[in-house]
Amino acid sequence: MSDVRLRGFGWRHAGRRAWAVRGLDLDIRHGERVLLLGPSGAGKSTLLGALAGLLPEDSGESEGTIEIDGLDPRKARDRVGIVFQDPQTQLVMARSGDDVAFGLENRGIPAADIWPRVSDVLDRVGFPYPINRPTAALSGGEAQRLALAGVLALRPGLLLLDEPTANLDPPGADLIRSAVARALDPTTTLIIVEHRVAEVLSLVDRVVVLEPGGGVRADGDPEMIFTAYGDKLAAEGVWVPGFDFPTVPSSRSTTDLLVRAEQAAVATRLAPVSIHAAAGEIVAVTGPNGAGKSTLALLLGGLLAPTSGRITAFDDKRPPHRWRAATLAARIGSVFQNPEHQFVTGRVADELALGPRRIGRSPAEITRIVDDLLQRLRLDRLAEANPYTLSGGEARRLSVATALATAPRLLVLDEPTFGQDRRTWSELADLLAALRDEGHGIIAVTHDETFVRTLADRTFPLGVPAPAPLPRRSRP
Amino acid sequence: MTLSLTPIADPTAPLARRNPVAKTGAALLFTLPLISTVDPFSPAAALAVELLVLPFFGVRPALLLRRATPLLLSAAGILVTMLLFAADRSGDLLFALGPIEVTTGVLSTTGALILRIFAIALPGIVVFATTDPTDLADALVQNAKAPARFAIGALAAFRLIPLLGQEWRALSLARRARGVDAGRNPVAKLRLFSSTAFALLVGALRRGVRLAVAMDARGFDSGIPRTHARRQHFTTPDALLLLAAALTAAAIITASVLLGWFNPIVG
Repeated sequence: MSDVRLRGFGWRHAGRRAWAVRGLDLDIRHGERVLLLGPSGAGKSTLLGALAGLLPEDSGESEGTIEIDGLDPRKARDRVGIVFQDPQTQLVMARSGDDVAFGLENRGIPAADIWPRVSDVLDRVGFPYPINRPTAALSGGEAQRLALAGVLALRPGLLLLDEPTANLDPPGADLIRSAVARALDPTTTLIIVEHRVAEVLSLVDRVVVLEPGGGVRADGDPEMIFTAYGDKLAAEGVWVPGFDFPTVPSSRSTTDLLVRAEQAAVATRLAPVSIHAAAGEIVAVTGPNGAGKSTLALLLGGLLAPTSGRITAFDDKRPPHRWRAATLAARIGSVFQNPEHQFVTGRVADELALGPRRIGRSPAEITRIVDDLLQRLRLDRLAEANPYTLSGGEARRLSVATALATAPRLLVLDEPTFGQDRRTWSELADLLAALRDEGHGIIAVTHDETFVRTLADRTFPLGVPAPAPLPRRSRP
Repeated sequence: MTLSLTPIADPTAPLARRNPVAKTGAALLFTLPLISTVDPFSPAAALAVELLVLPFFGVRPALLLRRATPLLLSAAGILVTMLLFAADRSGDLLFALGPIEVTTGVLSTTGALILRIFAIALPGIVVFATTDPTDLADALVQNAKAPARFAIGALAAFRLIPLLGQEWRALSLARRARGVDAGRNPVAKLRLFSSTAFALLVGALRRGVRLAVAMDARGFDSGIPRTHARRQHFTTPDALLLLAAALTAAAIITASVLLGWFNPIVG
């Protein structure tokens, strides 16, 4: 229902030298569905923030005009709804229905109208639970569906989706896609930012590509855009459909066995599993949510003790979870799903030097290792940066680099390619293939089918364990 | 580290279903006067009253006991500290542990302190155990006229608390994976703890900011008077609960004065 009009629009965040977006001329008419593309750093999220009226005037400098139905977006907030990446930080209330009601209360909707609107919108997005379902019990995809319902309940004329599926596994992303498709009113204007184009192509009728330096590079029908600009977009990191990766098979045979789990299990989290990995191979552990994939990664990484069964590694009589941290870091490198959990220092270079120092390398060796990794993972210009200020792709590369710094022969990675753009993805794939050929063993927990197809020498599917009987309760 | 934040009581029990503001207010009215005196009689009487009304809150005693574990621990701590360090060693000597003389005076001061802790903390524990956080926030806004910005904001932050436990585990494991552990060195342990705590804090702040932006995007800062999807009513029984709490507290203090136990904390 809303029209968007930009004339020479630009925004520079306070304290930054470069403009996040600049020189933007764009008209989006009522009911249009637009996919907003561009390499990372082109200012897509900034533009969405500006449209949502979430950039306070004192938080930066603007130029040109940006209007929604002829109004400054800060004054048109009631016409715009926005869904962000992370479902956990969008839900406010403890019960699902209350969460949808939260926005309606804020807008002063009379109490008598709130609950009918809540159940109506929950039906529209296909939310499968009663309204008193605790929000803490929802899966990522379900929580994101609820966040979408909370926004749609306000009947926005303009709906903005900022990488709504980036934090979700494929089934979760499906939930969101289908929810948007079925819940969207034909009169609602839609703008999506998403670099996995195939995920959202069915939802849009127009593609706008932003140019990193400023302005619009291309604008038009999706088919036309991808024919004309597909290869360039793919090279810049957009997951353009039809640009697949070739398989990278192992160039050598496997050698020593590095780790072996025999009937290893963790109570309530992982059913007994027997798995092994040898030097010179990539083993992909796949399986649905709740199968215990991350738990298995922790077990094999020597970070968790099995409650039954056995884990042996590196011909050591002691199981990995009993090793001192320095021994562990020299033998097994673990890369976590969330890179930020891994950072310990305030500088990228210090972050890389930490592991080698802990295992007693000399200062000269440390300098060599750090410089080498900075080069290899294209982080050299960021050596002085704070790890927490890195972009998603940079943070992922750094987290892999920190695990490599101690030169462990076994690498255990939890969803290494999760949410990455195509460019970072292919860099990681090349790096892992090279490491394998250098004789490292790699275990990757993943639900990325492209990763499995391209890199895995063996696949180990984990099933969902039979549900444990519900604990008995003394009271109903 | 799991935080159980759900009510542990039967929500239909006659006092558990009172308005959350009334329950909180009653707990405050009942316990605040107890702070004024350090005699053993007042807390003992208060504790007796509290145990008498406990069944009307529908709290399961076993669960209550588990929630009160920190209280039991602090009681044990007081016992040990007082036996070792109490300055006042008057009264009859009961027994001696080497140089430590345990007298009736020491025991009665210790007993009074422990009673005080229990008498003052128990109402709070019971009220929060029988109150849904959402209901409390609603009642604070609707019945106590607290600003929604504060009450609903705190509620949203509260929802993120269980995440902190998971986050702490992940941060600790990641540090071990990076080769960082403290071994048996207490100084290294402390440094590891504070660096993990700092990372946890940084993460929590970032999450908090994202949540605040998402809340404002849904009109939390719109300035339009909020409506209330869930009604909380403050009725006569709620007022009576407040009155009863105040009167009982007054009666206990009066009795303490009349019986000569009263020992004001100031002067």
